[in-house]
Amino acid sequence: MARPPSRRPGHNRKAQYSLFASYVVAVTGAAVGLLLVVVAIFDPTGFAAIRTVTAEVTRPVSAGLKNMVSGVSSIDEVLAAYWRAGSQNVALRRQVEADRNRIIEAKGIVQENMRLKKLLKLVDTDRSEVVAARLIASSATSTRRFARLNAGSWQGVRPGMPVRAAEGLIGRVHSVTPNTAEVVLLTDGSSIVPVRRANDNVPAISTGLADGSIEIRALAAGRNPFKPGDLLVTSGIGGVYQPNIPVAVVVRIAGEIAYGVPLANPARVDAVVVERAFEDAVTRPETAAPTPAPAAPPTAP
Amino acid sequence: MIDRHLRHVPRLGRYPSRFRLVGTPVVTVMLGSIATALPIIAQSPILPPFGLLLLLSWRLLRPELWRAWIALPLGLFDDMMSGQPIGSAMFLWTVTLIGIDSVEHRLVWRSYRQDWLIAAAAIIFCIAGGVFFARITGGANVRLLLVAPQMVWTVLLFPFVVRQCARIDRWRVMA
Repeated sequence: MARPPSRRPGHNRKAQYSLFASYVVAVTGAAVGLLLVVVAIFDPTGFAAIRTVTAEVTRPVSAGLKNMVSGVSSIDEVLAAYWRAGSQNVALRRQVEADRNRIIEAKGIVQENMRLKKLLKLVDTDRSEVVAARLIASSATSTRRFARLNAGSWQGVRPGMPVRAAEGLIGRVHSVTPNTAEVVLLTDGSSIVPVRRANDNVPAISTGLADGSIEIRALAAGRNPFKPGDLLVTSGIGGVYQPNIPVAVVVRIAGEIAYGVPLANPARVDAVVVERAFEDAVTRPETAAPTPAPAAPPTAP
Repeated sequence: MIDRHLRHVPRLGRYPSRFRLVGTPVVTVMLGSIATALPIIAQSPILPPFGLLLLLSWRLLRPELWRAWIALPLGLFDDMMSGQPIGSAMFLWTVTLIGIDSVEHRLVWRSYRQDWLIAAAAIIFCIAGGVFFARITGGANVRLLLVAPQMVWTVLLFPFVVRQCARIDRWRVMA
């Protein structure tokens, strides 16, 4: 194919000017785009309001499709479960027997905890749940890890609220529109969560790597205290995430850094729960305890 | 009764509506951008940028259709859908179209293979640029290796998308 002739306006002045003007517009627009990105460096949620329209319009589509495919996405698990049904059944029975005692112990500990908290006159941290909703879409083409939640400011969701599932932590609300919210997943690079090892309280910081795993750095100096298989839960430091939400399990160690995999897979979880930020939930004034002076907020990391 | 197979054949005295001529390419590119509304909760960038693919297909298939500025509104729409910082695709897509214009001036003979080469370069540029913009606006320090699979299958998908564009184009220009 020969070169298309249409880009050469020849001696027609009007066509020449029109072509020139189109390039002026394009270059100016590209510069404006670059400027918007530079603005986003300093204020990442600044122009998020522009997304309101598209998010609201595509919400019913995504939600409807989500209802259709949620059964399909776990079909491989179902098939795999049939494959080893017999031996798995035996193993699971033993597991249940072993877990029963643990559950009874845990219930006792919960009771004791409540009693001790009352002694300390701490406000009950329960009822921090705002809304339960589903993740309906995500930024699948981008290296940022955002998911769209099927609930927004009209349902009480606010930016900064933590989002969790039954299996563990999902992320944090980034921006909201009336009926949807963008959730920064745990695996996004901007998602930083203070965690601790579940069995001995070694504190650490978890950062997303944008590829489905997270990077865990211990706060204490010295050699890396983690080993593969360690379970990490939120520590509650910083006042955003409730303490003791399961976060990740360590899978690999490389020098100072441990790599982990989140326990809650956002693609598999059925519904997620948006909670109040931990600090708000603890120091909320309307749940007035018998004493007028509530407990000091657990800030100061 | 006209034969069913003749429905999409141009007939004397009938022209496609202006909306169909001008609007079809724009609408298809926007539909490509909306692919992120599919209920996939991805853990890594897996979905090819269909908006970009369709933009490149239309641009290379029909060079006279658009001026370079068309990438501004389409890129803004893609930014609204994709989760990239606003302005990222606006900039990258416009620069890509300007680049294709300048390359077209220099290439004397161009065929399907050159088109694919141009598209491959454009796709790699746009995805790498998107990674860079996501990084400076708060994302992780992502290695390019993470988006390499996305680049590969976006490039491999280009011939298919061009075919579909050509098919839509045949419908577009026939009344």
